[in-house]
Amino acid sequence: MASQIQGAITGIGELKPVRYSEGKTTLSLIAESVRLAIQDAGISKEDVDGLLVGPQVGETPQHVPATVSEYLGIDPTMSNTVDLGGATGPGMIWRAAAAIQAGMCETVVCVLANKNEKGETLRSPNRNPIREFDVPFGASGANTSYALIKRQHMEEYGSTQEDFARIAYWHRKNAQLNPDAIFYNKPVEVEDIIASPMIADPLHLLEIVMPVAGGAAVVVTSAEKAAEGKHKPVYLKGAGEKITHRAVSQAPSIDALPFNYSIPRALDQARTNIEDIDLFSLYDCYTSVVATTLESAGLCKPGEFGDFVKNHSFSHDGDYPLNTHGGQLGFGQADLAGGMSHVVEAVHQLRGEAGNRQIPDARQALVTGNGATLSETTALVLGGER
Amino acid sequence: MSQLQNISLPRPTITPVSQPFWESIQAGHLSLQQCDKCEQWIFYPREHCPHCFHDSLTWKKASGRGRLKTWSVIHRAGHPAWQEHTPYVVGIVTLEEGPSLLTHILVEETALKHNLKVEMEISEIGPHPLPFFKKQEETK
Ligand SMILES: [Zn+2]
Repeated sequence: MASQIQGAITGIGELKPVRYSEGKTTLSLIAESVRLAIQDAGISKEDVDGLLVGPQVGETPQHVPATVSEYLGIDPTMSNTVDLGGATGPGMIWRAAAAIQAGMCETVVCVLANKNEKGETLRSPNRNPIREFDVPFGASGANTSYALIKRQHMEEYGSTQEDFARIAYWHRKNAQLNPDAIFYNKPVEVEDIIASPMIADPLHLLEIVMPVAGGAAVVVTSAEKAAEGKHKPVYLKGAGEKITHRAVSQAPSIDALPFNYSIPRALDQARTNIEDIDLFSLYDCYTSVVATTLESAGLCKPGEFGDFVKNHSFSHDGDYPLNTHGGQLGFGQADLAGGMSHVVEAVHQLRGEAGNRQIPDARQALVTGNGATLSETTALVLGGER
Repeated sequence: MSQLQNISLPRPTITPVSQPFWESIQAGHLSLQQCDKCEQWIFYPREHCPHCFHDSLTWKKASGRGRLKTWSVIHRAGHPAWQEHTPYVVGIVTLEEGPSLLTHILVEETALKHNLKVEMEISEIGPHPLPFFKKQEETK
C-alpha cells in the first residue's frame, strides 16, 4: 500500500497568454513565472531549494535544471527535468511533494513556460519509432492522432459531431469570465464549432488548442511549512499516474485508456469519490481528450459522454464545473504550461479567489494532465482541507 | 518562405533493428517479427518481445491483410511537404496477425468504414517504397 502523499501548494504565478512573444526567450518567461509564484507564496528565492523544469526549454536542450537555476539565481539541493508532455505540470506537483517527503528539499518551484514566435523553424529531426513509422505516411503532429481517436469513438460508440462540439462550446463559454483568456470576448455556439474548417476530419479547427506564449509556476512545500504561508494552503491529497504507449497506433482500446487507472488511483488515495469533486480541471488539448477523460473518471459509462455533456452544466455555477478558467481550448496553451494552468485554476478556486467565476464552496478539485496521445496521464486531487 | 522549397517528404529513419522490415517492403511483401517464446507478432520492430520480454524474435512473412480501426482525412498536414497532397487519408490498420500500424489509406472517402477489410499496397510517394493499404479485393 502506497503511503499517503503529503504536500501543499503555497504560491502560484501565471502569465497572461499572448499569441506571439516578440523578443522573449523561454528562460525569461520562466523567470517571470517563478517571480510571480514566489511573490504569491510570500517567500524569497533563498527559500527555494527544489526546482522542477520541463524538457528542452526553448533554446536549451540539455542541462536544463542547471541553466534555469543559474538564470534564476537559485541553488537547489534537488532539481530535475520532468518529461511527461501535457501531464508534466500535474506530474511535477506530485514529484515535488515526494521529493520533500523524501527529505531532498523543503520548498520546490515547478515551472513551465514557452515562447511562441512567428515563422519559427521546425524542431530538430529525431530517430524514434514515430519518425520512422508515422511521419513518412503523412501523419505528423497531434492533430492527426487526436482525429484518429475521435473517429474511433464515433465509429465504436456512435458519438456525434455535436457531442464533441458541446465540449468546446463550454470551454469558450467559461473563458468569457476570464479576461486573461486568449478567447475572452470571443464566445462561440455549437454550430460555429461544427462549421469551423476541418483540419483532420473529423476534427474541426475550434476543437484544437490555440498555441500561445506564456508560462506558469507553482510553489510546493510540506503541509507543516505551508501553514506558516501567506495564503490558505491547497493540499495535495491524492495522485495517480499511468503511461501506456507513445504512438496512437499502439494505444490500448478506447475504453481502457490510461486515465482509467490514474484517476481512480488519485481519488482512492485522497479517500474521496468522483461525486465529491467540486471542480473538474481537466486537460483539454482536444475535445476528444475531455470526452474520454469524463468516461475514464466514471462520470458516465464508456461511450456515453455525449449524453452526459448534453444533460449537465459545466459552468462555475453548474452541477459539474469544468475548466472554469476556459481550459486550453478557451484560455490557450503555452506548450507544456497548458498543463500547469489547470493546477493554477484549481488553486484559485480552492482559495476562494476566483472572483466572478468562483464556484460556491469549492473544497476539492480533480486536476488532470495528458501527454502525447492519451499516453502519459497524471491525476491529482487538490483540497482546501488537510 | 524559401525554406519550403528545400523540404521534401520525410523518409523513414531506418535503424539496424528495423532494416529487415524495409528490405521486405523493397522486395514487395510485409515482414514482421514473431516472438519465439510467446508466439505473438510484433510491430514496430524491436530488440525484444514487448509481450513477454523474451529476446529471441524471428522475422516472418505476414499476410499483409487487416482491418481499418480508425482513420482521418487530412486537410492541413502536419508536415509542409505533405500539404500539396491534401486531402489524403491516414488510418490505423489492425493486422490479421495482431499488431496495429499507422499507414496511408488508399480508399476513397465515401467508402471508408469501421473494420473495412484492407490489404497492403506498396506505394512510392517520394523516394522510398512504403506499405500503404487499400480495400481488400473481394476474391481473396
Ligand atoms: Zn514474447
